[in-house]
Amino acid sequence: MKVIKVLGSGCKKCNQTAEMIEQKAQDLGVDITIEKVTDMQDILSYGVMSTPGVVVDEHVVHTGGLPTMASIGDWLA
Amino acid sequence: MLDIFTKLANLITYELLGLTKDTRLAEAIHFFIEDITKIFALLTVVIFMIGFCRSMLTPERVRTIVSNKPRFISYPMAVGLGAVTPFCSCSSVPLFIGFLEAGIPLGVTTAFLIASPMINEVAIIVLATTIGWKLAFLYVAAGLFVGIIGGLLIEYLKLEKWVEEYVWKIRMGKGPLQKASQSISARLTFAKEQVREIVGRIWKYVIAGVALGALLHGFVPQDFFATYATKSNPFAVPIAVLSGIPLYSNATGVIPVVEALMGKGVPIGTLLALMMSVAAISLPEMIILRKVLKPQMIATFTAILFISFVGVGYLFNALI
Repeated sequence: MKVIKVLGSGCKKCNQTAEMIEQKAQDLGVDITIEKVTDMQDILSYGVMSTPGVVVDEHVVHTGGLPTMASIGDWLA
Repeated sequence: MLDIFTKLANLITYELLGLTKDTRLAEAIHFFIEDITKIFALLTVVIFMIGFCRSMLTPERVRTIVSNKPRFISYPMAVGLGAVTPFCSCSSVPLFIGFLEAGIPLGVTTAFLIASPMINEVAIIVLATTIGWKLAFLYVAAGLFVGIIGGLLIEYLKLEKWVEEYVWKIRMGKGPLQKASQSISARLTFAKEQVREIVGRIWKYVIAGVALGALLHGFVPQDFFATYATKSNPFAVPIAVLSGIPLYSNATGVIPVVEALMGKGVPIGTLLALMMSVAAISLPEMIILRKVLKPQMIATFTAILFISFVGVGYLFNALI
């Protein structure tokens, strides 16, 4: 099971990002847990300054803006 | 090349809608159609091209570039990179903390935050093609100048005490920087995404700006602004800056308004001051920054921007 974290202070795009990932995981039938990280210290501990950021199994895979469905597919593969 | 948009607007306004030339309504509709088609076409092309060239200049990368540089290099760099680095305003808090944590001085960080919303490549190109290269150049020069002056003032006043204490305690991890994707197809995808993302974010401001511009252009009498917004009226510039605050918009969205006002004879300095204030002093941005800055700092920051913009206005009105 993949652990996915969405980094962001709770802006609209962060929620959208989380929804997109959930959607894609459902479509692909991949089992994931998704966690929203809103604490500034935690966000910055990943070295990320531009949100939303996405962390898959403790690796930062994306920062700054909505990801594409295609790249979400790559992370979940 | 840009005539095509004028011709398109001619066609729709006079042929298709059958409006009579030189009526207020026709003038307004013509302005609206010409600007809306031109700006959206420019936005798409310019964001795509710039996105392709830039691919990955993230704030994380800027942080690495600016840190540990002497001030005479870091200030110009911060405003320059601020001008070309896009970031969503909800990122300004982590960005602010991240910069300070890297040892980048408060003044340099502020300079970056001032320049970033005010100047961007897209606004420069839209400004240049809509109004002219001269004004575009003046706007950029004045914007870089205000960013540097604002940052230096914050540093000189030693305002570190007005940054929330917790900010200084946060330690940042050394997450691996994302590698810029180098393949052509990856860069094309990135550029396409940039168009979708940026146009998706600013289209409302652009439509509102063009609509306001069209109304001003069509329905405000020629001598209205020429009577009040003259160079000799000392209140015109401060009023322009004040009215820019609630008008908060994207730098691109304000261009059609400026275009219309210019046609009504409002002097250049006053327009530059308005444009800067609309893009850089925004209530939502200040509310977001309140998470890391104490109220005194927000007030000082706003005051510095206000005074700088008024200064730019007076200066250019006097020079040109």
